Amino acid sequence: MRRLMSGNAALGEAAVLSGCTHYFGYPITPQNELTEYMAKRMPEVGGVFIQSESEIAAINMVLGAAAAGARAMTSSSGPGISLKQEGISYLAADELPAVIVNMVRGGPGMGNISAAQSDYFQATRGGGHGDYKNVVLAPGSVQELTTVMPLAFDLADRYRNPVIVLGDGMLGQMMEPVDFDGLVRPPDCEKDYILTGAQDRPARKIHSLIFDTKLQEEHNWKLFRKFQLMEQHEVRFETYLIDDAEMIVVAYGIGARIAKGAIRRLRQEGLKIGLLRPITLWPFPTKALQEMVKTVGDFFVFEMSAGQMVEDVKLALEGKGRVHFYGRPGGVIPMPIELARIISRHYLQAQARADRKSR
Amino acid sequence: MSGVYDRPRLLKEAHFHYCPGCGHGIINRLLMEVVDEMGLQGSAICVAPAGCGMLLYNYFEIDVIESAHGRGAAVATGIKRVRPENLVLSYQGDGDLAAIGTAEGLHAANRGENITVIFVNNGVYGMTGGQMAPTTLLDQVTTTTPRGRDSVTAGHPIRVCEVFATLDGSAYLERVAVNKPAAVKKAKKAIGKAFQCQLDGRGFSLVEILSPCPVNWKMAPLDACRYIDEVIAKRFPLGVIKDTSC
Repeated sequence: MRRLMSGNAALGEAAVLSGCTHYFGYPITPQNELTEYMAKRMPEVGGVFIQSESEIAAINMVLGAAAAGARAMTSSSGPGISLKQEGISYLAADELPAVIVNMVRGGPGMGNISAAQSDYFQATRGGGHGDYKNVVLAPGSVQELTTVMPLAFDLADRYRNPVIVLGDGMLGQMMEPVDFDGLVRPPDCEKDYILTGAQDRPARKIHSLIFDTKLQEEHNWKLFRKFQLMEQHEVRFETYLIDDAEMIVVAYGIGARIAKGAIRRLRQEGLKIGLLRPITLWPFPTKALQEMVKTVGDFFVFEMSAGQMVEDVKLALEGKGRVHFYGRPGGVIPMPIELARIISRHYLQAQARADRKSR
Repeated sequence: MSGVYDRPRLLKEAHFHYCPGCGHGIINRLLMEVVDEMGLQGSAICVAPAGCGMLLYNYFEIDVIESAHGRGAAVATGIKRVRPENLVLSYQGDGDLAAIGTAEGLHAANRGENITVIFVNNGVYGMTGGQMAPTTLLDQVTTTTPRGRDSVTAGHPIRVCEVFATLDGSAYLERVAVNKPAAVKKAKKAIGKAFQCQLDGRGFSLVEILSPCPVNWKMAPLDACRYIDEVIAKRFPLGVIKDTSC
């Protein structure tokens, strides 16, 4: 059954249907509808909702709940996510599962409450202290939350690692029809590490303090091998009109939605442009780009930031192909027609360059 | 030969890393004695802090998770809300609970979170080398108050139990010490009462334990024990500060 819901509320319902039993959060715009939805919904399903005293407390409650074996989550937006970084680093170090939602707003600092994509680096590089990675999922529509949220909890459980759902103020606030019928609750993993009380078994310890540098190094390599497994098995992306494309736009989340609108417009004008939409921002679809650059020369990166994912595109392409960029930081949401004009200028210049070369 | 006093069953045969004359070893021992005597080994889950107490997971034969500095009460909250049937305790020092983790501790108490905080007050940051703590006394010399703590620039020693007593969610608050045998016995009794408070579902309980840190106080161990009675307990009076069952 299709229902009209805001992204924030739909995300909450998708989390509940994915088996999330514990939600801890602190109010911040533009994700308050999610916290409010959980306040109403959690008691209905026998779950726990706590409005914490801070984002720091919320992420540490998530850590405690995860250590005790629950599917737990928290949500916030940029400034609050900065405060959660300490806890996310500990979650990664302790190898505890957790889902953290960031409905990104314009920044840095207090910024504003509009949609932005400027927390890409923070999410994909770890964000807190130490050597670690988060899985980062970037949903592009309210409906896609019904596949992204179960995936987030499943990956968190299977890899025992924090997973970040990187939305934005627009995804959180906009209302779209959504259908939960296809949502499959991820299976429960066996958790032989959780704290239940040392009843008829040896006591368990969860800690990230490792004084011995050799043992700490070993732990770091263990985490690194886990991240390599994720890179091999968990990359997800969508392509759109790439078969005959001469230029491929790389954009994610709401940015990809705007880019799709621009591409549809440009296709009508006969411009051969396609789209690569990473769904996992980490692990990044590096191999997909490396395949594409064998036949496509131009890649156009669009982000609602001053340019962050563009670095991953360049790293993936390893100097091959040409990378174009257009960004709107600060919470500005460009219209598809604006983006179409910019893309077409770059496309036509690239074509002219190719023509000159072939003459 | 029968012993009159033995290693508690739940305290591992490990060498404590604590300095000579430190009170943590006594407190670690008391906790494991009480957990065992109350039959709570299979139930207890302990949150270890950042600070001198952080390595207690090497000594306790119960489930333990280490917390980031100051976040013990939040981590304990998360555990307790998943496993309300378990005994959940958070072991915290003065910097941990009364400085960086003030918000987490205070709000756990205010929610009436059904957990127990074991609060070790030795008036300094021990692990980092003896800097000023929120509980450092006025005029007390530490590495960051080399001329003594001056209230004008460094504020006043915080009475944690008295602050927490103002919150409706706190159920049992007692301040004890571990500087002499009679005090140790009282401390053990207070820990048992706090655990019972939690088992009865009465809400937040906290036992503040005045504990000697001779190395950072630059005193001989016996002088440090006397100093607790003669000076520290004047600022931090011993006794039950709040008990909602009375």
